[in-house]
Amino acid sequence: MSTETRPLLGWFVADTLAVARRHILKITRVPETLFFALIQPVMFVLLFAFVFGGAIKGFPGGAQDYRAYLISGIFAQTVMFAVAGITVGITEDASKGIMDRFRSLPMRQSAVLAGHTLASLAQNALVIIALSITGLAVGWRIRGSATDAILAYVLLATFAYAVTWLGAWIGLHMPNPEVAGTAGLAWIFPLTFASNVFTPVATMPGWLQPIALWNPVSCLALACRQLFGNPNPFVGDSFPERHAMALSFGWAAVLLAIFVPLAVRSFKSRNAGGQA
Amino acid sequence: MTKAISAQGLVKSFGDVQALNGIDLEVEQGSVVGLLGPNGSGKTTIVRILTTLLNADSGTASVSGFDVQSQPDDVRSVIGLTGQYAAVDQYLTGRENLELFGRLFHLSKRDAATRADELLDRFALSDAADRGIKGYSGGMRRRLDLAASLIGRPSVLFLDEPTTGLDPRSRQGMWDVIQSLVAEGTTVLLTTQYLEEADQLASSIVVLDHGNVIAKGTSDELKNQVGGDRIELVVSNAADSLRAATVLAPFGSAQATVDEDAKRVLVPVAGGSNAIVDAIRALDEASIAITDIALRRPTLDDVFLSLTGRITEEDQAPKAPKSGRRSRRGGN
Ligand SMILES: Nc1ncnc2c1ncn2[C@@H]1O[C@H](COP(=O)(O)OP(=O)(O)O)[C@@H](O)[C@H]1O
Ligand SMILES: [Mg+2]
Repeated sequence: MSTETRPLLGWFVADTLAVARRHILKITRVPETLFFALIQPVMFVLLFAFVFGGAIKGFPGGAQDYRAYLISGIFAQTVMFAVAGITVGITEDASKGIMDRFRSLPMRQSAVLAGHTLASLAQNALVIIALSITGLAVGWRIRGSATDAILAYVLLATFAYAVTWLGAWIGLHMPNPEVAGTAGLAWIFPLTFASNVFTPVATMPGWLQPIALWNPVSCLALACRQLFGNPNPFVGDSFPERHAMALSFGWAAVLLAIFVPLAVRSFKSRNAGGQA
Repeated sequence: MTKAISAQGLVKSFGDVQALNGIDLEVEQGSVVGLLGPNGSGKTTIVRILTTLLNADSGTASVSGFDVQSQPDDVRSVIGLTGQYAAVDQYLTGRENLELFGRLFHLSKRDAATRADELLDRFALSDAADRGIKGYSGGMRRRLDLAASLIGRPSVLFLDEPTTGLDPRSRQGMWDVIQSLVAEGTTVLLTTQYLEEADQLASSIVVLDHGNVIAKGTSDELKNQVGGDRIELVVSNAADSLRAATVLAPFGSAQATVDEDAKRVLVPVAGGSNAIVDAIRALDEASIAITDIALRRPTLDDVFLSLTGRITEEDQAPKAPKSGRRSRRGGN
């Protein structure tokens, strides 16, 4: 028996895939996780499309258009909720000593996070597919070009991937999975509600409008609406509205540029306490 | 020959808790050293520093000649670590766990599979190999955890309280496994709260208290330092207890302790089972009636009592959990 030799990058890829495989196996062992990840956005669609939808009277084009408007919003919201899962997963691994086992192995350390975020991306891709099907069922349609639609999905995936790194970083600083569960979600709620996910920004109070306009969740939802060719009433010509797609990719790039190095550094840090 | 483990002046504090106060440690290749100490004495902290999980505030340490701070990857490729809690993925099967860690140890796919089979077999886990860990007993999880730490055939193995929380049978099983590893020449650093365990497994013992080494030696040396075994007897009449202590003084290796109210006399002896026969005869000749007499081995409490003059106290309670990760104690 001997250990293989490979260039460092080769090891990074191999280790990342091994870790990702672990998480994917886990999803198949606990299908409930995936089930609830899928069901949550679907519930949101049904809730807003049919329960609140009736109350949202002033929407130009009526309930039908509101549903088409809503789906991209839920896409963006779902991508944000992706954070919570990985935050809890990372904290759980830390509290069970599995992180320490990884950290005591001669593997590429950053692969622990790269593998976890990769598996998370695969899960989110499934959720987005399920959500697209739900959307089609309630009357949402892709009305733009095929290239634009592909671009929209690439944008969603990129954004989802970027946010999971933020989730990973949060998870590395949480004391236990219970706190992580709350912390992972706490900041997402205001962020998704102070956005154009459910209602156009123009209908919000004046002081909130600039925040909602620049909110990354709004940018993402708006970009998807534009790329999918969905109804987009009340859109002004402010900078974030004119450049929603570029801004969304920008937000994703900023998140990655900040949180990949921060998370990797936290993971590698040997000054923290860890499990005693 | 390079030492398997060598540490000089390790100091570590967490906020205002001084976990290590300057620890020196030398472990020869092929030997088994037991770190013995009560909860909170710094055992885990030492293990974490030596296994590259934690940096010391000051001091240096090396494992197989590699510096833990500046050559962590080299250290990681020669060590195995079994932490205080079974660090295996409960959603995977036993085999999947071992293969995962084998791959991350950079074994080829085939080697990882062969090695996993070997270890499952060796740890009597073959039957459960393809079941999820969720259904494993505590003893099985510990064995799998130990197997996982052996995946890369480490030359230095760290075992942090390998039997804490196990029932006596699983504990014996764990001891057998550790003993066979040692017989193959693996260097082992293990931590324990039980003198008996250190006695069973370790060729030399380092006693820790509040981040300080308070004694070092073979288990015989330590026990002799404590005064060897103890004869514990209960006299029928309280009035006889002092007299009993006097009668037994010639056999004692250290000062006897007398508790008149409980009619109890404790005499440290060096001679083991011979001593108790002599003692019974002497008490009989002196016509002292006894209701109970037993020879018992010194416990960690005795070692502590004699080394520090106080009973071991669990000193974790008042120090609120700084890092909540610690609140997962016993959560496996
Ligand atoms: N991550 C941590 N944060 C704060 N205090 C810690 C941490 N880890 C250990 N300690 C403290 O350091 C001391 C030594 O702990 P430890 O090495 O775990 O002891 P042992 O393993 O012997 O029980 C204890 O007082 C403990 O409370
Ligand atoms: Mg400990």
